[in-house]
Amino acid sequence: MLPWPGPDTAADMQAKTAILAGLARRKGLGGRVATLPLVGPSVLLLLVFSLVPLAMTLWFSFERYNLLNPAIGGFAGLANYRFLLEDSSLYSALLVSVELVLAVLAITVGLGTVLAALFETRFSGRSIARVLMISPFFVMPTVSALIWKNLLMHPVNGLFAWICRSLGLPVIDFFGAIPLTAVVIIVAWQWLPFAFLILLTALQSLDEETLEAASIDGAGPLAVFFHIQIPHMGRAISVVVMMETIFLLSVFAEIYVTTSGGPGVATTNLAFLIYQRALLAFNVGGASAAGVIAIILANIMAAFLLRSVARRLDV
Amino acid sequence: MRIPHLLACSTLLAAAAGVASAATITIATVNNGDMITMQKLSSKWEQQTGNTINWVVLEENVLRQRVTTDIATKGGQFDILTIGSYETPIWGKQGWLLTLNGFPASYDYNDIFKGVRDALSANGKLYAVPFYAESSFTFYRKDLFDAAGLKMPAKPTYDEIAQFADKLTDKSKEQYGICLRGKAGWGENMAFVDTLVNGFGGQWFDMKWNPELTSAPWKAAINYYVNLLHRDGPPGVTGNGFNENLALFSTGHCAMWIDATVAAGMVFDKTKSQVADKVGFTAAPHGVTEHGTGWFWSWALAVPASSKKADAAKSFLAWATSKDYVKLVGETNGWTGVPPGTRQSTYDNPNYIKAAPFAATVKTAILSADINHPTKNPVPYTGIQYVAIPEFQGIGTQVGQFVAAALAGQMSVDDALAKAQAATKSTMQQAGYIQ
Amino acid sequence: MTRHSKSHRVAGALAWIAALAMFFPIAWMFAASFKTEVEAIATPPLFVFTPTLENYREVFARADYLGFALNSVVISLGATLAALALAIPAAFAMALYPTKRTRGTLLWMLSTKMLPPVGVLVPIYLIARETALLDTRTGLIIMFALSNLPIVVWMLFTFFKETPKDIIEASRIDGASVLQVITVVLLPLVTPGIASTALLSIILCWNEAFWSLNLSAHDAAPLTAFIASFSAPEGLFWAKLSAASTMAIAPILVLGWASQRQLVRGLTFGAVK
Repeated sequence: MLPWPGPDTAADMQAKTAILAGLARRKGLGGRVATLPLVGPSVLLLLVFSLVPLAMTLWFSFERYNLLNPAIGGFAGLANYRFLLEDSSLYSALLVSVELVLAVLAITVGLGTVLAALFETRFSGRSIARVLMISPFFVMPTVSALIWKNLLMHPVNGLFAWICRSLGLPVIDFFGAIPLTAVVIIVAWQWLPFAFLILLTALQSLDEETLEAASIDGAGPLAVFFHIQIPHMGRAISVVVMMETIFLLSVFAEIYVTTSGGPGVATTNLAFLIYQRALLAFNVGGASAAGVIAIILANIMAAFLLRSVARRLDV
Repeated sequence: MRIPHLLACSTLLAAAAGVASAATITIATVNNGDMITMQKLSSKWEQQTGNTINWVVLEENVLRQRVTTDIATKGGQFDILTIGSYETPIWGKQGWLLTLNGFPASYDYNDIFKGVRDALSANGKLYAVPFYAESSFTFYRKDLFDAAGLKMPAKPTYDEIAQFADKLTDKSKEQYGICLRGKAGWGENMAFVDTLVNGFGGQWFDMKWNPELTSAPWKAAINYYVNLLHRDGPPGVTGNGFNENLALFSTGHCAMWIDATVAAGMVFDKTKSQVADKVGFTAAPHGVTEHGTGWFWSWALAVPASSKKADAAKSFLAWATSKDYVKLVGETNGWTGVPPGTRQSTYDNPNYIKAAPFAATVKTAILSADINHPTKNPVPYTGIQYVAIPEFQGIGTQVGQFVAAALAGQMSVDDALAKAQAATKSTMQQAGYIQ
Repeated sequence: MTRHSKSHRVAGALAWIAALAMFFPIAWMFAASFKTEVEAIATPPLFVFTPTLENYREVFARADYLGFALNSVVISLGATLAALALAIPAAFAMALYPTKRTRGTLLWMLSTKMLPPVGVLVPIYLIARETALLDTRTGLIIMFALSNLPIVVWMLFTFFKETPKDIIEASRIDGASVLQVITVVLLPLVTPGIASTALLSIILCWNEAFWSLNLSAHDAAPLTAFIASFSAPEGLFWAKLSAASTMAIAPILVLGWASQRQLVRGLTFGAVK
C-alpha cells in the first residue's frame, strides 16, 4: 500500500549523501528559496479552517441561540459567559481535564520508559510481543471503551469482578466508586503503545558502545536504566508529553461511552461539558462560550507547554 | 456494483415511463430490534413501489444528536426520521415536520390508540405515526416470590416493593432484590426517577415554571431510591441503563425490575433469557398517587419539512405503521415480535394474545399512562417521564447526573437536589421561562 | 555474562507479561464475538465454549460492511494523501529554510489541534451544508486532512530537519528547481519518515469518531458509523457488538501489525538525534 523502503535504503542514502556532499563542496553553498508558496497553502487552509468556525463561535457566544428553540434569539451580551462562569461544573470540568491529562501522562510515560527498556533487551519472540504490545493503539476509542466497560470492568458480568470474587476480594464498582480512575485506565491503555513506540525508537538510537562500556564497568541493568537510558530518553519524553497532551485534552468518546461524564460531574472534562451544552441541550450560545474558553485554554497551553518542548527539541 | 444498479434503475424507469418515478429515500432509525425487523422487511415495500431505501441505523443517543442537528439546521440529509413522543410535538410546532393526516382510509387512524395519537400531535395535527409504544411496569420472578412465600399484588405500592426487595436480596448468591436504572441521562435514570417522583406526589415545575426539585416529594423519592438501591440493588448501579438491567434480569440476578414494557418480549425469549418461564408482571408501583407512575413513550416515524421526496416517504410511513405490517411481522417473524402498543387491532388478534401472555398487562399500562395529567397536582407541561419543552433534554441529563452522584455516594441527596435545582433554574432563566 | 543472560531472561519474561496483558482486552473481545449473547454475559465468564459464527452472519446480514469499510479506506487514504500533499512542501520549507516566524507558525498549527471539535460542530455543519459537502467522502476527506495537518506537518518537519542540509543546497546549486529537489533528492531520503507519518495519519483518520458520525449519513458513512449501529440497542448486544468491533478494527490492526517495524523506527518526532 505504501512504499516501504527496502533493506538497502540506508546504504543508498549514504552513497547519495557522499556524492551530493561532494557536489556541495565543489560548488559552494548558495541560493535562497521562496518559502511562501510552500508554506502558504497549509497555513492559509488551516487559517480558514480554524478562523472561520472560530469567528462564528465567537459570534454565537454573544447570542441567545438554542437550536431547538428558534423562538429564542437576539444579542445576549455577556449572559452566556455569566451563566457559564457562575456554574461550578465549569471549574470541576477544567480540573477533570487537567487531572485526566496528568494521570494518563504519568502512567504512559512511567510504564512506557520501563517497557521500552525491557523491549530493548533481546528475548525470544520479541517482535511478536511488540506487535501485541502496540495493538491497543489501533483500536477505535469507542470500541475500546465498550470492551472495557462491558466485558472487563462490569461489576456483575465483567471479568475483573469474577477475578475479585474468585480471590475473595470485594468487587470494585469501577464507574461508580472510582469513575475517573476507570476512565484514566482505559485512556492510558490506548495511549501507552504510543508512548512506548516513541520511547523505544529513542532507546534504539542509543549507541552500543556506551552500553558496552557501562557493562564492562560493572553497571547492572538497573544502573544502566537509570543513568544511561532514562537521560537518553529525555527528549523523547518531552515529545510524548506534548503529543499526548494535544490528544488527551479532547478525550471524549471514552467518557461518553462509559460514564457520560458522571456520576455527578466526576468525569466531565471540558470537551464533555461542551458536548453536553452543544449536543444534549443544543444551547449553541452557551456551548460557544465554553468553546471560547477552551480556545483560550489551548492558547495558554500552547504558550507554555508547546514552547518549552519546542525549545528542548531546538525547533 | 454501482453500474448495474444504475442500469437497472434506468431500464426500470424506461419501462415504467408515465408511472410515478422511483425515488431513493434516506431513513434514519434506531438500532432497536423492531426497527431492524422493519429494515429487513422493507424490501417488500421496495418491490411494490420501485423505490429504494438508504438506511442510516444508529444507536439512540447518536441518532438523536445527528437527527436534531440536521433538522434544526435544515441540513436535509434524511427523508424519514425516527423520533420519540418527546420531540414530535415540539418539532411539529416549529414547522419542522410535515403533517401526516392524509393517509388512505385503509390506514384506519382510529385503530391507533387515542393516547398514542395525541402524544404525537400538536395543535390537533398528527406529526408522526407510531411505530411502537411502551409504558413501564414491574417485572418479577415468580419462582423467588413463591419460594419466599410472597405474593405480588396487582397494583403494588413503593413501600411493598421495598419490603419485597429486602426479603429477596441475597448478595452471597448475587441475587439482588431490585434492579433499577442508575446511569445518568434524561432517557435513562430520569425516565424511572420521574415516575417515582410523580408517584410520591412531586413535579418538575409549578404552574409558573419555577423548578421544584428541592420540594419534600423529590427529597422523599430520591432518598427512597438511593436507600433502596444501596440495600437491595446490584453493584455498579450507576452504570446500569435499560440494557444492563435487561442483562442482569435475564441472567437471573434480579428479583424485581421496573422498566419498559418492551422488555417483556425479550425476557420471554428463551434463546436470550435464562428466566423466560419464571417471569411475572404487574403494574408499575405507586405512592400517594397513581398519576404518572407508568411512563409513556412511543418511537414514531416522521417526515422532515426539508425532504424533497415527501410522497415516497409518506407512502413508506403508511406501509410501516399499517395493520398489514403488523400482520406481516407476525407471519414472518412470529407474533411475539410484532411492534406493540399502537393499534387496537393488534390486541384483537388472537394469534398475538396467544403468543404474548403479557399483552393485556402491557395494553392496560399504555392506556392508563396519561401524558396530559402526569402528576398529582396540576402542572404547566405534558409528558410523564419528560417535560415536553426543548430545554428538557439538557435539564433532564444534568439532573440525572446529580441523582447519579447521590446514588454513587459522592454527595448527599439534599446536596444533589440543591445543585440540580440551581442548574435547572439557570437553564430556565437562560431560556426566558422565568426571570 | 551469566548474570546478564539471566537478567535478559527476566526482562524478556516481564516484557511478554506486559505484552499479553496489553493485548488481552482485544483477545477477550475477539473471543466474545464467537459466543452467543447469553454466553457473552455469563457469570462466571466462559473460557471454554463452542464457537459460533452466528454473530458474524447477523452483522453481515444487517449492515453493508463492505460499503462502510470502503468508505473508511477511501476517506483515510484520501485525507492522508491530501494532508501529505499540503504538508510536504510546508515542512520542507520550514525545516530547511527557517525564518523568524517558523517556530511560531508550527506552534500555532499544533495549538489548533487542542480544541474540542464538538465546540465548532454547528458552524462546521452549516458550512458543509452550504457547500453541499454533507454526507460526501470529499467533505470528510477535507475535514480529516485539515484536522490532521498540524500533526503531519510537525512530524515531517522533524524528519526533514534531520536530513543533511548540504545535499539540498548542493542540488539547488546544480540548478534543480525546488520541486525537483523535493521529489528527486529529498523524498527518497525521507521516505521512511513519510511512511510513518502516513501510517499515523491513516490510523487517526480510521478511528476518528466525531466528524465521521456527524457529517455523514449513508453515502459517506465509514466504520465508526457501522459500530454506532451495533452499540447499545435495546436487548443483549455484547456478542454482536464484539463481532462488529472485530470487523471494524481488523483492517487497521493488520495494517499496523504489518508495518510495526516502520512504526518502531519512524515515530521519532525529532526526539532522536
